[in-house]
Amino acid sequence: MIPIDLPTIWAFIIAFAVFVYVVMDGFDLGLGILFPLFPEKRDRDVVMNSVAPVWDGNETWLVLGGGGLMAAFPLAYAVLMPALYTPMIVMLLGLVFRGVAFEFRWRTTAARNRWDIAFFGGSLLATLAQGIALGAILQGIHVSGRHYAGGWWDWLTPFSILTGVALVIGYALLGATWLVMKTEGELRDRAYHLSWVLLLAMLGAIAAVSIATPFLHIQYTERWFAWPNVLMTAQVPISVAVVTALLLRSLANKYDYQPFFLTLALFALSYAGLGISMYPYIVPQSITIWQAAAPANSQLFMLFGVAVLIPLILGYTAWAYWVFRGKVKPESGYH
Amino acid sequence: MFEGWDAVVLARAQFAFTMSFHIIFPAFSIGLASYLAVLEALWLATGREVYINLFNYWLKIFAVAFGMGVVSGIVMSYQFGTNWSAFSDKTGPVIGPLMAYEVLTAFFLEAGFLGVMLFGLNRVGPRLHFLATLMVAIGTLISAFWILSANSWMQTPAGHAVNADGQFIAADWLKVIFNPSFPYRLVHMVLAAYLTTALVVGAVGAYHLLRDRHLAGPRVMFSMAMWMATLVAPLQIIAGDQHGLNTLEHQPVKIMAMEGHFQSHKDGAPLILFGLPNQQAGRVDYAIEVPKLGSMILKHSPDAPMAGLDTVPRENWPPVAITFWSFRIMVGMGLLMLALGLLSLLMRVQGKLYDSRLLHMFAVAMAPAGFIAVLAGWITTETGRQPYTVYGLLRTVDSASPLAAPAVASSLIAFIIVYFAVFTAGVIYLLRLMAAPPHPGEEGPSHDVPIRSAGITPAAGAVAEGAAR
Repeated sequence: MIPIDLPTIWAFIIAFAVFVYVVMDGFDLGLGILFPLFPEKRDRDVVMNSVAPVWDGNETWLVLGGGGLMAAFPLAYAVLMPALYTPMIVMLLGLVFRGVAFEFRWRTTAARNRWDIAFFGGSLLATLAQGIALGAILQGIHVSGRHYAGGWWDWLTPFSILTGVALVIGYALLGATWLVMKTEGELRDRAYHLSWVLLLAMLGAIAAVSIATPFLHIQYTERWFAWPNVLMTAQVPISVAVVTALLLRSLANKYDYQPFFLTLALFALSYAGLGISMYPYIVPQSITIWQAAAPANSQLFMLFGVAVLIPLILGYTAWAYWVFRGKVKPESGYH
Repeated sequence: MFEGWDAVVLARAQFAFTMSFHIIFPAFSIGLASYLAVLEALWLATGREVYINLFNYWLKIFAVAFGMGVVSGIVMSYQFGTNWSAFSDKTGPVIGPLMAYEVLTAFFLEAGFLGVMLFGLNRVGPRLHFLATLMVAIGTLISAFWILSANSWMQTPAGHAVNADGQFIAADWLKVIFNPSFPYRLVHMVLAAYLTTALVVGAVGAYHLLRDRHLAGPRVMFSMAMWMATLVAPLQIIAGDQHGLNTLEHQPVKIMAMEGHFQSHKDGAPLILFGLPNQQAGRVDYAIEVPKLGSMILKHSPDAPMAGLDTVPRENWPPVAITFWSFRIMVGMGLLMLALGLLSLLMRVQGKLYDSRLLHMFAVAMAPAGFIAVLAGWITTETGRQPYTVYGLLRTVDSASPLAAPAVASSLIAFIIVYFAVFTAGVIYLLRLMAAPPHPGEEGPSHDVPIRSAGITPAAGAVAEGAAR
């Protein structure tokens, strides 16, 4: 049904890179979003230390997503980036603030609070911008020839705001369940409590986006509800229901690891839903992955590298996580 | 607001601004990562405490600088698309894969091992930790390899063809990667990074020696840095000369702008030392020049004819004054570095390396020289490439995104405000770290078991490792 050719393989590689980014930087940004809810310095140190050794690797997947898109689908990169100009710039500036906060907040006592605010504000802005960008892509982009042909505020609609808020909730949930896994005692109790609230909000957000999406384009509606597609697409909401049930149970039982990984499963299902809506378009309703694809020799040249290097990267990334496994102790202060 | 502005000029200003801020950090961290690997190797080999103290001292500085490099670098990887979408569409199939390989082979390597390098010594033991440091150092060099290959291809494109959509495509990947200017640019930039780091390390050492010439750490770092200056500054001048000859062969117009050669010279071109290039009138005002020396340097023959900008249509001229002056600033810095290297050698031979206040003050003053030279050098080569993004093939005006001027102006202002606020703070924190001398029992950025990092000698570490097995 899905042809196996280079553009399709690359679409999956880019989708994989973006998903790994969402998985890894999601909880990372989520911790920033939750930061104001942990006003004590001791708690903040733990929250920060739980991710300090790995945040840089997490964000590298974003660079791979952007760089890979330029290399494998240059036309899509050239159309999407100007279309998403403002959200992209806001995301980049947000990432600047939160990224430097990891080191800066340990280098000053007088201005630590300022970098804590930068960590929170940067994380929130970057997440909001990513969610808005997603919504703006889904709702469609005005293309003429090989160029973006819309204005610089086209991205701002109620739908894109909805996806922006939904992503903030989602990342916050990832952050909260990460803390459940990585912390102890009173901090962990609060993370549990937050996970409940955020899970309910996340389910509401998934429902809202799922209901709104088919109204954007008739193609989305047909993709999801036309016979016999519906036999396949119906698996997604069914799976969401199953994972949600498991997630509720794991929270009720106060498990350490399950809430985080089940939240990742929720993200994976939502992401699969996005893929179902978009395929085979890379710029919805105007440019397909074949139209945007770089020439075969470019895609092939990179495919060799990806085939060898991605497993290697996943290997040593896993090792880095393994080195810093287990609960973060408050007295262990990395800095 | 900004309706009357030219969006392309604004986009160029934004690229120049964000790029200039960014390059400062890699220029420092490429050299510093290698220096850290050397320090840790020396510690492992000798077990001397001074090396691990210096390692931990510079590691904290590295962490701050590297973080700033990462966040300003993510901006660069998206800016091609946001502000230069036509360029991205047309060149993506060629330089996109080079940058993708940079991410896959370098960024992940650096990022993956950085956490262990910064925080993991007590968790993985000295040997694995050294491996992590080495991986980070190698990663910074691999990163330089790919990004300079991409940049060099834009300067001296080779191994490509053009497809029906007007995109550049690779006909021969090896020719694309190893395009004519790449080897020269790579050597020149890596040496520049090493020199930049050496000058900072040397200045910090000298600063502390000025206060107390008996401090062990500053003595070691000052001596190491001055060896670097003595050996690498002359090498860099040779590499720069070779790079210049390569540029003359492939981008002669850039050389004309660097030299201020508006007029052609049939029998030997002068070397214009200083003057005010007047692009409008097509001459250098108030020029101070040495006859025939220009041909001597560039053609190794005093009477060799040299073409000037008068042989080039005006619309293909780069901005001469910027190219001319930035080149002189770079060369001036290089000569000062050579002087520092020679003076330190003289003092070393006389046994006064740690006593000469003059040398120490000179070294302190030279702290920013590497950064200035790197910036000036990049401004020379990038401005001299104008009016093209892909030299001779794609003009800068045809590379930009279809954006309204207010959009680009707003983002430019946002970048200026944020970068100055954030990176000013970062530089203050760096200077604060450097202002304190390294001391015995220096802690790294991490100590997640009660602080004993100074007490961990390689031998003890090896024993612990053995015991763990």
